[in-house]
Amino acid sequence: MTAQSVDERRLREVALTPEEYRVIVEELKRAPNEVELGMLGVLWSEHCSYKSSKALLRRLPSTSPAVIQGPGENAGAVNIGEGWAAVFKIESHNHPSAIEPYQGAATGVGGIIRDVIAMGARPIALLDSLRFGPQPASSHHVEGVVAGIGGYGNCIGIPTVGGEVYFEDCYANNPLVNAMCVGLVRVDRLMRARAEGTGNSLMLVGADTGRDGIHGASFASLELDETSSERRPAVQVGNPFLEKCLLEACMDLAHTDAVVAIQDLGAAGLTSSVAECAGRVSGAGAHIDVSLVPRRERGMSPYHVMLSESQERMLVVVERGREAEVEAIFQAWDLTSAVIGHVTDDSYLTVVDGPALVARLPIGLLTDGAPLRRLVGVAAEQPPGLDIDALPPLVDPGAALLRLLASPNLSSRRGIFRRYDHMVGDATVIPPGGDAAMLRVKGTRLGLAVTTDCNSRYCHLDPHLGAQLAVAEAARNIVATGAHPLAVTDCLNFANPDRPEVYWEMEETVAGLAHACRALDLPIVSGNVSLYNDSSGESAIYPTPVVGMVGLIDDYGKRLAAGLRTEGDFVLLIGSSHNDLGGSEYLQVEHGMVAGRPPALDLARERAVHRLVLVAAENGLLHSAHDCAEGGMLVALAECCLLGGIGVRCPAIRPESPLRMDAALFGESPSRFIVSLPSRAMPELQSLARRHHVEISLLGLAGGDTIEFEGQLRLPLVEIRQAWEGALI
Amino acid sequence: MFPGTWSDRDCGWVIDQVLGADLQYLWHKDADLKGCDCIILPGGFAYGDYLRTGAIARFAPVMEQVSEFADRGGLVWGICNGFQILCEAGLLPGALIRNASLEFRCQWTNLVVERTDLPFTSQCAEREVLSVPISHGEGNYFADPATLSRLEQRGQVVFRYCDASGRVTNSANPNGSTHNIAGIVNARGNVLGMMPHPERCSEPELGSTDGLKLFRSVAPSAMKVLVS
Repeated sequence: MTAQSVDERRLREVALTPEEYRVIVEELKRAPNEVELGMLGVLWSEHCSYKSSKALLRRLPSTSPAVIQGPGENAGAVNIGEGWAAVFKIESHNHPSAIEPYQGAATGVGGIIRDVIAMGARPIALLDSLRFGPQPASSHHVEGVVAGIGGYGNCIGIPTVGGEVYFEDCYANNPLVNAMCVGLVRVDRLMRARAEGTGNSLMLVGADTGRDGIHGASFASLELDETSSERRPAVQVGNPFLEKCLLEACMDLAHTDAVVAIQDLGAAGLTSSVAECAGRVSGAGAHIDVSLVPRRERGMSPYHVMLSESQERMLVVVERGREAEVEAIFQAWDLTSAVIGHVTDDSYLTVVDGPALVARLPIGLLTDGAPLRRLVGVAAEQPPGLDIDALPPLVDPGAALLRLLASPNLSSRRGIFRRYDHMVGDATVIPPGGDAAMLRVKGTRLGLAVTTDCNSRYCHLDPHLGAQLAVAEAARNIVATGAHPLAVTDCLNFANPDRPEVYWEMEETVAGLAHACRALDLPIVSGNVSLYNDSSGESAIYPTPVVGMVGLIDDYGKRLAAGLRTEGDFVLLIGSSHNDLGGSEYLQVEHGMVAGRPPALDLARERAVHRLVLVAAENGLLHSAHDCAEGGMLVALAECCLLGGIGVRCPAIRPESPLRMDAALFGESPSRFIVSLPSRAMPELQSLARRHHVEISLLGLAGGDTIEFEGQLRLPLVEIRQAWEGALI
Repeated sequence: MFPGTWSDRDCGWVIDQVLGADLQYLWHKDADLKGCDCIILPGGFAYGDYLRTGAIARFAPVMEQVSEFADRGGLVWGICNGFQILCEAGLLPGALIRNASLEFRCQWTNLVVERTDLPFTSQCAEREVLSVPISHGEGNYFADPATLSRLEQRGQVVFRYCDASGRVTNSANPNGSTHNIAGIVNARGNVLGMMPHPERCSEPELGSTDGLKLFRSVAPSAMKVLVS
């Protein structure tokens, strides 16, 4: 078989280009056989090889004194003190969820959990960043995805504590499901998935291997089209009970030192897990006998076994001679384990089926051989501008507030998160519904704040600025709990990068992320890229760089919630407001426009505001803090009241020219918080604000059961709550 | 502990770390109860609960011992999935069916305590209202009319969902349970089943310490607690 003679249809099936095939033949100095072609196809898919994005991703910062493990492993890890490391990663499961929402979302959760387990960590929290088309057309996506996340997370006993849900037209055919998992491990027990030690055994544990999910990774690297639903067999089926047993068995592995490494079997199954595990050790190879792989069904060829994406499986590298110890641990949980091969020192992945040689490929060719794609970015057409002076003035702020709170993107998410067990583990000290959630590290006073964030409308209007705003807002979510932002995991969702304007969005996004992360000292320690989120060349998604962030507070007793706490407290706005209506919810809900530029962001100012809030929280001045985000000051203030069950009385608001009334109330200027504090703490806060050069302004006093701006607006909390909670589900 | 149980560590945490009581973990394959005074069947999805909640777990080897232990008057406490298992095993009457909303619910509820003469509730005041979270998809208590009236007549309903002031109302019922039932005890008073999770509200940082009253009630009469 030569490059010319290979069937093009076959190449399309394994998602390789003729050019890539040519490179393979050149490197191997022979034509690959069928199995080898399939193996290379999945590992060279965009999903596994990052061939379109790798060059860009190198620009992201990934180090800080806290980082113990950066990108390249199953998940990233940061030192949080007292001997503990936080392990975390976010990953997409967009394509499967578009086709089969329940299982797509469920297995997305299952996969990200295994990534954390592979680091030796016990998963303590899940977050889900979701994007759908407008309701009610997207209801089957929403219902399936939410049920799938709950179905998996609730059953396995890991709390789902946070995330986000947005509705935009652009996600109608391409919903996004990004799942993040956070785990804890003793620093000295952190595992790395490196196939060390020639002769050590490779054990496959957990579920038996079936024919499900074959070509899943390749499928995720194509645009969806009318034939996509025929690819439903490429979507795997999850078994959270089995994964719970697998999780506990892997935790029990900590009792033995016979284990060298654990690696999750995810996209591209056995092929990628073995290749990646060996690829992390210079000179290492692996020898696999597919006849030893426990199977769910008969008649599976070596091709099926090597490419199966059956869920709930792990690869364990075990010291030679100690396999029985490991087998006994899995046996106790009624889990199958089988030695399927061993580590070699020839840099090759050799696959045999009993006596017959099935495939033999250089590890480097599999993991790093895919030629990087040189794509060209061309700036997209400028989105529609916004002539703010042409906007009609705000007539009835109360009515606008109610409409905004009832809008799909701002309404209460309680209808969703009450379907997730967010308490199991006895560690959730800030539940979902506020800014970031917080989990205590049991046995210490440490608290881990976790959040995800991205306003993709901003990213659509200006990808560079939008990405920065996503980082800044995630950090603000963390700071609002009193925790210090520590590190980031990112999930970069884009449309087809072959289109120059999409690749340009990727370039701009990565540059924006890098800029903001550097400015805020935030390393990106793990992440995932999801491309081809468009359907048949149309309806491309907005660039959606979801930022998952972890922060740390030394004493969770000092944590802050978003809701007002005490009647009579002063309620203040921290930070300054400008005429930032571009890309705002107000503009969309009240004027039906997605236009203008996103709010300008000054990262030095952002940092100063963070410092002020953190020092004030540390000194015990504050009773509550809430990030001012979509919907602006008035929506944030209403949320503070609703979450705390306390109203607020304010004098009439008189914005100083040139600030407009609509922008003062609903503009989305970044770097702002709403805080409450007892009056006695005011002098100290004022002097801190002066020292940090941050503007603070008194809004009013907490109390009563209405939100009132004298002579301008007076609404009972009951009515506001009705609008807010009645909208979604 | 059954495979698929997940509240074992939370119950263990409260018993061991908060209460400082003696704790043993029992495995579903165990045939020995290790001389315990109270057995807790914690929440989770035993064996995945793919068939029907608790339907497989009742056949676990350890359950035979648990039944005998209950027959001898030992304290058995089923929480959430544990309640479901006790019903399946016939240690408690009735069944737990899908929530009326057909959705999983994780939220705070108020429970009015209707019995304070039990070893599980001795630290509670008469008709005290406890704030305890639920987390289940199948917590809708159901029993035939005869069983129900027997339960009511004998005062076997221990906890009922209520509003903050203790009124048993429809709107305070999170799952459609008959008579707002959240927990029941057997006639002898030594086997308690409840859907809400007291182990999730035994420390102030988790939002309530009402759950600890139940653990404290059990502790004096049962120095050694097993989480089964």
